[in-house]
Amino acid sequence: MDWQAIYLSLKLASVVCVALLLIGMPLAYWLTFSRWRWKFLVESIVALPLVLPPTVLGFYVLVTIGARSPIGQAWTSWFGHGLAFSFEGLVIASILYSLPFAVQPLAVAFSQVDPALIEASSILGASRARTFVRVIVPLSINGVLTGAILSFAHTIGEFGVVVMVGGNLPGVTRTVSIAIYDEVQAFDYATANATSLLLVAFSFVVLAAVYGLNRRVWAVAPQP
Amino acid sequence: MTLSVRLRRRLSDAFTLDVDFAVSAGVTILFGASGSGKTTVLRGITGLARPDAGRIAVDAALLFDSAAGIDVPVPRRRVGYVSQHLALFPHLTVGQNVEYGLRLMDPPDRAARARTILESFNIAHLAARKPSEISGGEKQRVALARSLVTNPRVLLLDEPLSGLDYGTQTHIIADLRRWNADRAIPVLYVTHAHREVFALGERVIVLDGGRIQADGAPHEVLEAPARHGLAQIAGFENVFEAVVVSSRAEWGTMVCRIDGTATDIEVPYSGGQPGARVRLTVRAGDILVANEEPRGLSARNVLAGVVSSLRRQGPAVVARVLAGPSFEVHLTPGARESLKLADGHRVWIVIKTYSWRVVI
Repeated sequence: MDWQAIYLSLKLASVVCVALLLIGMPLAYWLTFSRWRWKFLVESIVALPLVLPPTVLGFYVLVTIGARSPIGQAWTSWFGHGLAFSFEGLVIASILYSLPFAVQPLAVAFSQVDPALIEASSILGASRARTFVRVIVPLSINGVLTGAILSFAHTIGEFGVVVMVGGNLPGVTRTVSIAIYDEVQAFDYATANATSLLLVAFSFVVLAAVYGLNRRVWAVAPQP
Repeated sequence: MTLSVRLRRRLSDAFTLDVDFAVSAGVTILFGASGSGKTTVLRGITGLARPDAGRIAVDAALLFDSAAGIDVPVPRRRVGYVSQHLALFPHLTVGQNVEYGLRLMDPPDRAARARTILESFNIAHLAARKPSEISGGEKQRVALARSLVTNPRVLLLDEPLSGLDYGTQTHIIADLRRWNADRAIPVLYVTHAHREVFALGERVIVLDGGRIQADGAPHEVLEAPARHGLAQIAGFENVFEAVVVSSRAEWGTMVCRIDGTATDIEVPYSGGQPGARVRLTVRAGDILVANEEPRGLSARNVLAGVVSSLRRQGPAVVARVLAGPSFEVHLTPGARESLKLADGHRVWIVIKTYSWRVVI
């Protein structure tokens, strides 16, 4: 089995999971409580990765961060190497790819917090930030865990985006799903089977954890 | 301290809230039926709802002034508010709930202050429990303590005691009065229950249709015969003058004779001695109608009468039944159908003792 690829996938998923919670919580808060009339447009953009082929997403990320793009050139001048076909590039692509898997469970959980509690916190002198940290997040803890687990698992399982943005550099961008693809290409079915079984078992454990957390509803995300 | 409130807010095409009043230290009742605009007034004072126009101030401190463009954010208003939902934080213990508003104090001071107020509301022993592990009456005390511990400049209570039994209500009201005796802040207490008006208020402001209809001491405002309309505001369609004939405090009941009739009614005991004048009220929807004489009932008031009129009013059927005095009775169209009610029909009406409200 390609342990290096498994390690890389776990590392990528951990970084993406933490980054997505940091980005996803304020974004989900805004999506839940904003009364902006064009909010649905932002919701649609956040949900795009659910329906886009990963290759399309990967293609545009590659164009955006590639060596000829302003972002790619700025990155190269700061860090001395390109952003495309690097671990950092993979992190950026994966964050975009898994964004809805973090944001949607968070937004659903936030919207289920009783507005009377949010008002009570405000009347007792708490700022919005304090209300968020002391009331909204603790009462949405299942949504936070669901978002974290799903974004971690979804990143482990990604393939198309990695191929487009990361390529297949061992130890840098060669994740476990790429490793399986390579093993099949090399007719090494035994190893491919072992790695695949590992992923099947992992995915099952993850989904069991999510459904266990949100036991009342039969859905990936907690629903109102 | 004086809370002065002038606010206008259009809630729908047909309903505009428009009030102007000032309340000083002590308990003032804001009384009215549901939909009269009481809660909107309180939400305007807290800042949760923004008036279209007006001015809200505690002494010289402005909370809202549409003319000057002032709208102090909710967290900085220092207004205590307890709604009927209480809104205790379910993930925090009773102690943590009470300390929630004290974030600017050092932790030891915070704990000491919380402890003091928990003791004065007799809930210190519950400090480590979660809200789901305490009773309804205890929750009300925690909600009050959580508001009061922050030393608010004004306390707003939106039917905080609805759903509690009489004894618990009385105790909590006593605790609140004792607490406010030292601090003397304005307390604005919203209710639609007559009993709470008399138990609590030094002054009552009656709100109906978004306007103030009366303002004064409870006995002046709610007892003057000209104010029968006020009982109707609160949904009591039947209002009778009566005299206490006998009372049985140990059973919690008394018997009253309605003026100008020989009709005796059993009602809840409310401290009246024989000979005392009382006013009895009962909702039209709380009266049962039967077309045969009912037997074997727990209800104590069964009166024979005659239907004197019947008319449709919205989805309901409004009947007048002459049974000694004339009662207004509300029925569903289905009930009218199955009883085959018509003018002149002989019926019996049934009223439980506890459906009566006694105003002394």
